[in-house]
Amino acid sequence: MSRALEARGLRRVLPGEVPVTLIDGIDVGFDAGEFVAVTGPSGSGKSSLLYLLGLLDQPSEGDVSIAGRSTCGLDSATLAGIRLERLGFVFQFHFLLPEFTVLENVAIPMRRKGEWNSAACEARARALLEDIGLGDQLAKYPEQLSGGQRQRVAIARALANDPSIVLADEPTGNLDSRNAALVFDIFGKLARERGKTVIVVTHDPALAAKTDRVLRIVDGRVAVAEA
Amino acid sequence: MIAGLSLAFDIAFAHLRRRKRQTAVSILGVALGVGFFIGMSALMQGFQTFFVSKIIDVAPHVTVKDEFRKARRQGAEIAFPTGAVEVSGVKPLDEIRGIRGAKSMMSDLSGAGGIEAAPTLRGQIILRFGTKDVAASALGIEPARERRVTNLESDLVAGRLDDLVTTANGIILGSGIAEKLGAKPGDGLIALSPAGVTLRVKVVGVFRTGIVSLDNFECYLLLRRVQALLGRPNVVNQVRLKLDDATKAAEVAGLIEGRYGYRSEGWEELNRNVLGVFVIQHGIMYSTIGAILIVAAFGIFNIISTVVHEKARDIAILRAIGFEEGDIRAVFLIEGATIGLVGSLLGWGVGYGICRALAAVRFEVESFVRLQSFVLHETPTQYVVGAALALVAATFAAFLPARKAARSRPVDVLRGAA
Repeated sequence: MSRALEARGLRRVLPGEVPVTLIDGIDVGFDAGEFVAVTGPSGSGKSSLLYLLGLLDQPSEGDVSIAGRSTCGLDSATLAGIRLERLGFVFQFHFLLPEFTVLENVAIPMRRKGEWNSAACEARARALLEDIGLGDQLAKYPEQLSGGQRQRVAIARALANDPSIVLADEPTGNLDSRNAALVFDIFGKLARERGKTVIVVTHDPALAAKTDRVLRIVDGRVAVAEA
Repeated sequence: MIAGLSLAFDIAFAHLRRRKRQTAVSILGVALGVGFFIGMSALMQGFQTFFVSKIIDVAPHVTVKDEFRKARRQGAEIAFPTGAVEVSGVKPLDEIRGIRGAKSMMSDLSGAGGIEAAPTLRGQIILRFGTKDVAASALGIEPARERRVTNLESDLVAGRLDDLVTTANGIILGSGIAEKLGAKPGDGLIALSPAGVTLRVKVVGVFRTGIVSLDNFECYLLLRRVQALLGRPNVVNQVRLKLDDATKAAEVAGLIEGRYGYRSEGWEELNRNVLGVFVIQHGIMYSTIGAILIVAAFGIFNIISTVVHEKARDIAILRAIGFEEGDIRAVFLIEGATIGLVGSLLGWGVGYGICRALAAVRFEVESFVRLQSFVLHETPTQYVVGAALALVAATFAAFLPARKAARSRPVDVLRGAA
């Protein structure tokens, strides 16, 4: 059986007069239901790896496959389609659209996918937000929420199209420890109860310890892969 | 795609709502462009159609003159039709005796259907009233025929056309001549001709066509009187025609000239100088309107570029979520098109208002024609063309920033936006 997400011989070099190597040969695989932390010193390439795994950036060499399907050489529209259906993203900054309510923000990926009518989108978005304890904030705008609440809305949005893989880049970077723990608990549940592959970039060892596996990146290579 | 499109609309409108003032200014720019376009085209088309219809109504559609454009074929050319003969220095012959066979020509033409013909003798005279002398172009006419060829009768502000027949030596003056002389109906004038003939005439009517060159320089007498005055009995030097279809004037003039040899001019040719001015007018108008629309387009370019710049994060996350480049482009194109559309609708209102305001203006101008107010000719085409131009300009202005937004790489923003 193919793995949920797999990278083979991944290299990413920023071209230029002095080429900068971000990722220098990474082979790694992730299974469904796995909760993985990616750690490493700043500038080690952990975010770059996440962007490559999330098909936001294209590798200079190597290949990323999702559920056994190679993404090598696909055009940007196809990659966007895969992101829409298979991948959910959470970043350090919430990136909620300020003109839309919490509910509308969560519904946007569903509306883009166009699989459900607007009533169904709304109902789904409402359920997702209730799941993470924001059922009473639906009509508010992002600027009316606290940092922790915004980040939870961003998680709900990442889950909008029920992706098999959730990728988070320093999702707790702007949060206090209580909210950070809350976010990690949500990620843990997603992996264990919903069988999603959750990969979180973090520099906080205490939070990393809550995951199933820690992938330590140093200088664009996997340094320690704890079981 | 339909679902994606409605989402693109929602996002575009949300952006515009957020920046109400800038959006309003952009819309206003477009509205002014469209409004002025409508106002100016109504004004120009109004003036032009007014002038053209004046020409068509007042003057004959085709005038056959006793002149030749080309010299006749010379004897040597006729004798050696296949030889290489060139006769240089040939002058067109002046047929001072007028149009030969005018009567048969007129009966031919009248028989052709759709054509009315009237004989005229035109010559220069001087009108004297007391101590005042005014040079005028005297037209000798036959009222019964003239009536079918020109609208002279309806342009009379005093007297009737038949008074020419009932009054001995009656004359109908252009309003400009009447003013210069200070003469009014009933006054007796003296008409002097280059042939040395003097004739006492009596003003029986005054006409005002609105076309200054006619009102200030023309007067009408009976054909017989002018023939006597100019010393050219039984001569006709112009045959004036009215066609059922005025647009065929040039064609008919060509046919007549080909058949009879006499120089024939349609109303377009007679007024070529004025019609040429219209072309220049159009050029001026369209470049002015173009400039307004270009300025408006820059405004739109500006607002959408600003939005694209400010919304870099939103664009990045939408791309990460799975929006395609086309979706992003659609958002900003919709913004431009919306400004163009709302601006156009508002511009229709502005244009309508400008037209009403212009229509209310009163003044006194004598150029080609006498005008007391602007003549406006509004057509739906002007509204549609104005809006279409604005829409194209707005969408084009939005296209460049939209393309830039669609091509931006989400990673660059996501990485730096901590």
